[in-house]
Amino acid sequence: MKPIFDWNFAWEILPTLGQALIITVQATLIGMLVAVTLGLVLALMRRAPLWIVSAPAAFIVEFVRSTPLLVQMYFLFYVLPSTGLSMSPLTTGILALGVHYAAYCAEVYRAGLEGVPRGTLEAATALNLSRWRTAVGVLLPQAIPPVVPALGNYLVAMFKDTPLLSAITVVELLQQSKMIGSTTFRYTEPLTLVGALFLVLSLAAAWCVRRVEGRLKLYGGTR
Amino acid sequence: MDDLLALFPPLLEGLAVTLQITFGAAVLAVPLALAAGMARTSRLRAVRAVSTVYVEIFRGTSALVQLFWFYYVLPMFGLRLPALLVGIVVLAANAGAYGAEVVRGAIAAVPPGQREAAVALNLTASQTLRRIVLPQAFPAMLPPAGNLMIELLKNTALVSLITITDLTFRGQLLRSETLRTTEIFVVVLLLYFAVALLMTAGVRMLERRFRIR
Repeated sequence: MKPIFDWNFAWEILPTLGQALIITVQATLIGMLVAVTLGLVLALMRRAPLWIVSAPAAFIVEFVRSTPLLVQMYFLFYVLPSTGLSMSPLTTGILALGVHYAAYCAEVYRAGLEGVPRGTLEAATALNLSRWRTAVGVLLPQAIPPVVPALGNYLVAMFKDTPLLSAITVVELLQQSKMIGSTTFRYTEPLTLVGALFLVLSLAAAWCVRRVEGRLKLYGGTR
Repeated sequence: MDDLLALFPPLLEGLAVTLQITFGAAVLAVPLALAAGMARTSRLRAVRAVSTVYVEIFRGTSALVQLFWFYYVLPMFGLRLPALLVGIVVLAANAGAYGAEVVRGAIAAVPPGQREAAVALNLTASQTLRRIVLPQAFPAMLPPAGNLMIELLKNTALVSLITITDLTFRGQLLRSETLRTTEIFVVVLLLYFAVALLMTAGVRMLERRFRIR
């Protein structure tokens, strides 16, 4: 009779899980890079005076936010190759994560952009700044810092969504633990370790976000 | 066109399962969120500790990891639950943990003067909670609760990975049978979107009904 939780076995598989954790972290970081960039584009498009620009952005944000990430991942994984665009499963998964969270980030940016006092934009017009200089020099520096903690929360959320990559054959943390489980017939240790790793890392990340939030409050508050 | 229509019956069957799971999990999650949320504001340290551990574990680990853990690890302890039950219970526990934070926030946002007035009027603790605090906290809970419902709906897609034939699973089955990948996934996405829109409309109605005047 084996013990309920075999610590030796857990210790043995830890390096393998650590390898897989690197893929998970990599996917999270690159995915977030896509999300914050694309999210900003979507948020700025939504503010455009032309409805032909703002309406599609608004629709994309709504649609992506109210459909499951897993189905979006399948969509990219199975449909993109048929259009002649083939990417590795990991790239596809990162793209799906990035697009999904871009919709959430767009809403975060929108709150930040709406919080910028109109007077500063009017002042920029009065100073005859170009649209570009107004956006880069006046609008964004006021809009973005206050929303950094909210973006940070979505970084943590995205990290917790990376196990979905296992559904499109990426060997990340969860898939690795399932593979260990199916070869050794022990699921308790690998799956519990994966849960523990997620818990520790997301608590640590959430703590960092709160620190940043505290710092930002010193410089004029968060929105 | 005909074969496009032929996709619908199996997908709608899957949608029925998805709605069942969403509804079942939501019904479980609401009392769980209320209990855990109120427990986090309790004066008793033990009650606070238990609810904090529950909330942090379910918010801190991934929903899919939780599903797999309950599906693959519990049988090792001799507890073998049907997949559908695992799906509903885990998604409810997950949504309940996020909901607990909503409840806690809404309760904390009730002005302290209200509680002080209740003490001055010699109301008991349970009277204060039932008649003063919760009725005022409730409208503030609605918008985030509506968002959580949509998150719950989206999370139900994960149960397809523990062999439940929900909408997503049906889509995958059809894909391997018919290879009409694009049409199938477009329809699946639109069905989820339609349900989410209905949910949003429902929450808006509730918000109007319970708005504080």
